[in-house]
Amino acid sequence: MKRANWQELIWVVIIVALAAFWPMMVNGYWLGIGVDMMMYIALATSWVLFSGPTHYISLASAAFFGVGGFIVGTGMSDYDASFWSMLALSALVGGVLAALIGLATLRLSGVYFVIFTLGLAEMIRNLVSWVQNNFLGSRGLYVLTDFTDTHLYWMLLATAAAVYVLGWIISRSRLGFALRIIGGDETVARHVGINTAMAKVILFTTTGIFGAIVGAIIAPRWSYIEPNQVFSPQLSFFVVIMALLGGSGRLWGPVVGVIPFLLIWNWVDANFPHQSILVLGLAFLVIVYFLPHGFVGRIEQLRAHLRSRS
Amino acid sequence: MKPSGTILSVKNVTKRFGGLVAVSNMSFDVAQHEMVGVIGPNGSGKTTMINMISGAHKPSDGRIALRGRLISDQQPQNIARAGIGRTFQLVRLLPDLTVLENVMAGAVYGHRRRWGRDAEDFAHDVLERVGMDAMSDAPISSLTYIDQKRVELARTLAGEPEVLLLDEWLAGLNPTELETGIELIHALRDEGRTVVLVEHVMDAIRSLCDRCVVMSSGAKIAEGTPEEVLSDKEVVRAYLGDDDA
Ligand SMILES: Nc1ncnc2c1ncn2[C@@H]1O[C@H](COP(=O)(O)OP(=O)(O)O)[C@@H](O)[C@H]1O
Ligand SMILES: [Mg+2]
Repeated sequence: MKRANWQELIWVVIIVALAAFWPMMVNGYWLGIGVDMMMYIALATSWVLFSGPTHYISLASAAFFGVGGFIVGTGMSDYDASFWSMLALSALVGGVLAALIGLATLRLSGVYFVIFTLGLAEMIRNLVSWVQNNFLGSRGLYVLTDFTDTHLYWMLLATAAAVYVLGWIISRSRLGFALRIIGGDETVARHVGINTAMAKVILFTTTGIFGAIVGAIIAPRWSYIEPNQVFSPQLSFFVVIMALLGGSGRLWGPVVGVIPFLLIWNWVDANFPHQSILVLGLAFLVIVYFLPHGFVGRIEQLRAHLRSRS
Repeated sequence: MKPSGTILSVKNVTKRFGGLVAVSNMSFDVAQHEMVGVIGPNGSGKTTMINMISGAHKPSDGRIALRGRLISDQQPQNIARAGIGRTFQLVRLLPDLTVLENVMAGAVYGHRRRWGRDAEDFAHDVLERVGMDAMSDAPISSLTYIDQKRVELARTLAGEPEVLLLDEWLAGLNPTELETGIELIHALRDEGRTVVLVEHVMDAIRSLCDRCVVMSSGAKIAEGTPEEVLSDKEVVRAYLGDDDA
């Protein structure tokens, strides 16, 4: 990931300010899509923080997201806890879980890391389901709050903005530079004095924290939560596809990936409800054959082209 | 500058890869400001020896110390911070970074921990020293082989190492490049740097090294000035037995 500049930050402020008015301008259907988009923008941007520079593809998003949803569900349903305290607890548990996964997977590389994160997320899903069925009595959890979709939208927008600003700060720090070096050649990174294990765990932990926060915020939308739903592996694949479609070389890549993907997905889902999974496959093909660096790559190519002509 | 006091010491170091003994009971010392050549036929364990000093591999046995402090139980990043820098036999650069950024990588995480303008300025200085400052914004893919080697050397120097490990830095250069390369290493010598260099180029060894350690099949078979070791019977036999000599 390239070092971000000040101009980029100003654009973020403007875009966030404009995006905040979305709920006032649209009907319920489009607000719902806005919530989905903000949710995936926050998830994919935090995914890019770690996977962009290191090229480690994580399929553990659903684990963190599910932890957030499940903690809010259990806390509010069974222990009368407040939403906000459960949100804080989610961030903590998501972070600790990610740090543990990071420590366990440090020695794995390439495809092994991908498989391990997917397997781990599935294991957590089954474990939570099993505990829920055998010890906690009920199968679902009720999350009752006064939040409307507008509130959720704003909370997710704030989270996405926070992820972005954090990523912006990291990209300009020693840590961000270290991650680019790690992504290039881990052996070199170690030989120039970088504690590669520490750098990777720190970044993966932030991914876990934000994944859990997003899961916690979205929980009230469903009212009724069951583990198979919040830990769904489909979410992990969605996050990866949208991030790669946009391009993981830039912090704003996911934004330009999430929006078109979700628009197409929703349209296909509404018109050909049984073919929607096809979109996933097609998106994969498009990325591999036409957009190896995502939309970001194409946009930068175009920019370079225009600059060289002027 | 004259060599003085031991800075790096290798004692009874062995490395086994499964059943293969790549390095066997090696011992040698390197004094401050000294240039020590490690020579020997291909596959004799020179790179493995360098890898153990830099921490890329842990010795199976024995100890390596820098200024009397044990380093052979440390991770490479800690050894780098303690003051040992290296280049790789097959050049390793970071292809997605510019030349300048590649060199900055060496300056930012070393024991001086330079950052921002300071790191950039310093990287420019080091690039200038290896004759590459004009290329500082170039992408890595546009560099010739010797330029890649120079950038890698600059990255290592940017870490301000106390001991520099060069693994066949002159290998693969054409005759003109070789001249430039030898000059560059001479300049390092004149700065009084402590260097361990693995080398096959005999002229370079004669003109550069204060002392040589000769390896064959993982073990040390001779040690002394270049003249001494190169006329040693066992050394000649080790080399003649190898097609590469
Ligand atoms: N990582 C490794 N795993 C297994 N064997 C290795 C490894 N590195 C080197 N070797 C073996 O150790 C021996 C010494 O190799 P090396 O140190 O590269 O020799 P040199 O640098 O003197 O040519 C060779 O037989 C080589 O195949
Ligand atoms: Mg070698």
